[in-house]
Formats: sequence, structure tokens, C-alpha cells
Amino acid sequence: MADLHIPDALLVKKYVEGNESALATLIKRHESKIYGFIYSKIADRDISNDIFQDTFIKVIKTLKSNSYNEEGKFLPWVMRISHNLIVDHFRKTKKMPMYRETEEFSIFSIMSDDSLTIEGQMIADQVEVDLKKLIEELPDDQKEVLLMRMYQDMSFKEISEITDVSINTALGRMRYALMNLRKIIDKHQIILTN
Amino acid sequence: MAKIYSKKAQAAQNLKPKKEVVSFLLNYSQALSIVKIENKSFEIIAN
Repeated sequence: MADLHIPDALLVKKYVEGNESALATLIKRHESKIYGFIYSKIADRDISNDIFQDTFIKVIKTLKSNSYNEEGKFLPWVMRISHNLIVDHFRKTKKMPMYRETEEFSIFSIMSDDSLTIEGQMIADQVEVDLKKLIEELPDDQKEVLLMRMYQDMSFKEISEITDVSINTALGRMRYALMNLRKIIDKHQIILTN
Repeated sequence: MAKIYSKKAQAAQNLKPKKEVVSFLLNYSQALSIVKIENKSFEIIAN
């Protein structure tokens, strides 16, 4: 317990001189700050543990080889090491795989443009306009539920609370809204495609 | 109604590394000795 009042610099000195328990005190004193710092960037417990371990392996190696000379700045130094390891980790995982084009492998087989063509975009816009017109034909209670569900992305629970009906009623109205839309589409032979 | 994108705040807990990690580090530290000869340094790990 008395160890808790000894400054870091002195513990580092003791550890370098061969007192192993000084390291235990240093780890105990700073583990939650350092681990918390790593976890705040990584958000994965196992990887954070790995990085924490690598950080202290570096610390131990540096101290044991007598290369540490910034007395009084132990914690910032350890934080810097862990920060560098975090950057390394992200570099490793974010690295893009490289593809090279060969005769039997075309780069365009894995690259594609998913966005709509101008024609496709115009059709999509038209479908949306038509669909809005169809929705206007629905009875008000069904239209209200459909708009809230599909266009405002609300849950049926929220819809039922706002419209002051039970969830089952809201679900039923949605069902009838869809059935009526299909009926209108069938009746007028409307083709909505994209 | 506005969509809520924010996730639940992670419960503020006193984050600590696993006990195994700390005990590994202490054992590793005990086992490791680094010997410097001229410009080279050798790491010796005692089993």
C-alpha cells in the first residue's frame, strides 16, 4: 500500500534496478487509464487487451535495456506507445487488398458502378411520383399509417401512439393500405417497374 | 419524428485489462533479461 505514494519516476528507477514489484505497482496504478484509453479507440475488449499487453511488453523491454530516460513522464510515455500501437492496428486492418489486372482477370469484374443510369433514374422518379398519386387515393386512416411507416420510418408502436389506436389496428390499416394499392394497380393495369 | 441514430452510451465502467494479461506481463518481466554487449542487445527469456 505504501507503494501508492511513491512517484512513478522512483518506481521506474526501482524497477530498472531489479525490483519487479515496482512494475506491478505501476501497472496497477495506470492500468485503467491506459486500458480505457485503448478501449475508447478500439471498442473491442480482446483487441484492447492485446494492445495493452503489447504496450507493456515495449515498456518492459525499454526499461530493461536502460533506454528510458524521460523521468517524471511515465504515463504520457506509455500512452504514446499505446497510441502508436493503436495506429498500427488500424493501419493493418484498414489496408486495402491490392488487385492487379491480368489476362484472365479483369479489374472490372470486382469494380462496378451500382448507381442508376440516367434512364433508370428517370424511371425511378416517375415510379415515385405515380406511387404518391396512388397513395393519395387511399382512405385517410390507411394513408396516414402508410405514410408514417414507409416515408417517416416510424415503428407501429409509435404510429399507434400518435394515431391513438391499438398496434393491431395500425397493422391492419397498413395491410389494407397495401391491399388497396395492389387493387388500384391491378384495376388500372399500372405497371410500376424499375 | 426524428430518427435516433445515437447508440446507447456505453456504461461508464472502470475498464481494466484482463487479470491474465497483467499476470502474463509480470511473469514476462521476471523472465526477461536484456544483455547489452557492445552495440548489440540480447533478450534472454528464462523459462
